[in-house]
Amino acid sequence: MADGGGVPAAVGHGVLQPADGCAFGDREWAFTFANYAQALTNPTYATLLWKSLKLAFWVTVWCVILGFPCAYILARMIKGRAREVLFLLVILPFWSNALVRVFSWAIVLRGNGVLDRAVNAISPWEVDLNLMFSDTAMVIGLVHSYLPYVILTTYLSLQAIDDTVIEAARSLGARFPRILWRLILPLAMPGLIAGAVLVFVPVVGSFMEPRLLGGRVGTTYGTLIEDQFVAVFNWPLGAALSFILLAVVLVILAAASPALRKATS
Amino acid sequence: MKTILMTTALAFVAPMALADEIRVLNWQGYGTDLDWAIAAFTEATGHTVVHEYFTSEQEMLTKLRTNPGAYDVVLINSAFTPQAQSEGLIGPIDAAKVPNLADVDPALVANEDLNAGGALHGVPWTWGLTSFAVNTGDFPEAPTSVSVFWDPALKGRVSIRDDALEAVQFAALATGQNINNITDMEAVKAKLTELMPQIAAFWSAETDWNQNMAAGQFAVATYWSGSAARSMSEGLPVAFVVPEEGAIGWLDGLSIPASSTKQDAAYAFIDWMIAPDFYVKWEAEGAPATSNTAAAAALPEDSFNRKVLGDPATVARVQFMRPVPDDVRESYLALWQELKAAQ
Repeated sequence: MADGGGVPAAVGHGVLQPADGCAFGDREWAFTFANYAQALTNPTYATLLWKSLKLAFWVTVWCVILGFPCAYILARMIKGRAREVLFLLVILPFWSNALVRVFSWAIVLRGNGVLDRAVNAISPWEVDLNLMFSDTAMVIGLVHSYLPYVILTTYLSLQAIDDTVIEAARSLGARFPRILWRLILPLAMPGLIAGAVLVFVPVVGSFMEPRLLGGRVGTTYGTLIEDQFVAVFNWPLGAALSFILLAVVLVILAAASPALRKATS
Repeated sequence: MKTILMTTALAFVAPMALADEIRVLNWQGYGTDLDWAIAAFTEATGHTVVHEYFTSEQEMLTKLRTNPGAYDVVLINSAFTPQAQSEGLIGPIDAAKVPNLADVDPALVANEDLNAGGALHGVPWTWGLTSFAVNTGDFPEAPTSVSVFWDPALKGRVSIRDDALEAVQFAALATGQNINNITDMEAVKAKLTELMPQIAAFWSAETDWNQNMAAGQFAVATYWSGSAARSMSEGLPVAFVVPEEGAIGWLDGLSIPASSTKQDAAYAFIDWMIAPDFYVKWEAEGAPATSNTAAAAALPEDSFNRKVLGDPATVARVQFMRPVPDDVRESYLALWQELKAAQ
């Protein structure tokens, strides 16, 4: 939903509507805000948007928590050949189709799946570990899909830190936790924030992972838009919903921009 | 092309004096366009058959409206027959010209929608059900009631299709209502609200239904009769159930456009299509249920279309889907979205 080419089409479909609601053929076109009114007044859509924003928030938090240590180890603790190999492993999932990744998670997470069997093989008592079709499954699948963005952007800023700065801090008596908190983290912040934005924005509109891993709880704002386009063929409403999503994401980024500017300066 | 050449060649040696080329409008790959069937029809009658396809009912109606005289036989789902009839797109059927109509199930011939405008406007051809199937691993004995969907023991092992109309009609069946005239929407909503926590996931296509059933993720899920037959023939341990509350049915009829200029050939083709000979061969390749009781009786004993759907007691429980007005459809969709968003 966030690709540039879709935006003009979304604007056009949201306010221009063929007289009989069908998006095909040479129909009469009319200018209307009815789709926006419908999208803004229906409480169902607001509930789903809030749910998607919460999902994107948690996915982003987990990506940052897991991505920063990975990037730190890659950038500052491993040198030479091993770094190249690990780097390759980080971006390797990007080379496979996203759908394949989600389906493999389904095999791992479901009851009597790979994870369930592995845990039960080593656990002394019976554990019923069926994570499939839950919020947890959605977060796991999405974190796996988007984690490389955070690792790559954070890696770049961590690598740019001059070694002499850290040596100076150490010579003045600073220990590692203090160096990490006062020096490395602030210097890596631009990369972390860029990564977080790259994760947050597409996850708000994600629909494939929630649909396949979330099951009953997997109805999100993204699947709502998908339904308008592929299931009920209400393209005008779908376009209005996508455009509202774009506006909400822009508002969130604008509201956060003072904090972001402070953190990156 | 090869087929057309072959059938044209056959037309020259055919015994019939008057050989017409009829144009059939249907979904692609849906029975009427089977090569061997057309070749046999041409050999027997001399008429040749050309196909044109539609991908939605709206497209079919548009084609009929904009190309008068272009088609001689058209497949119309019974829920759309009244609309085609009221617009004057199709003509009444002359039963005398379709000898095999005598073997067609009288209940289907009497279908209210096929008899739009007070006369038969579509010859019942095929039908099927939306009901449910169970995993035989969980159910050594198949259940007889839809109440199994609300069984607390099966929490998280239940699935229905992600479709507003199907969900609402399914709940209408469970609450003992007429699916085409739901009077108590509150009961439907309450029943669906109660169902939601039971559901593992919504299915959307045959493939994900089969995967989840095979993995043991689903124990009971709504399903289409034709898809269930396919899953069973692929070896999936499932059984299709038509519960005592009934099931949702669809019915496809073959109609003749009012503007057709080759009506005799069209009647001959329809008669050929509902005949047992054609159906028995088609069924072996995977066909929906036939409207013709003689054709159903000619099937092998163990075939799905005879064993499960061939039982008159089953047919009697089926509620055939009638046309759904747009505003009703939209209200169902709003209810369905509200229920899903609340999860």
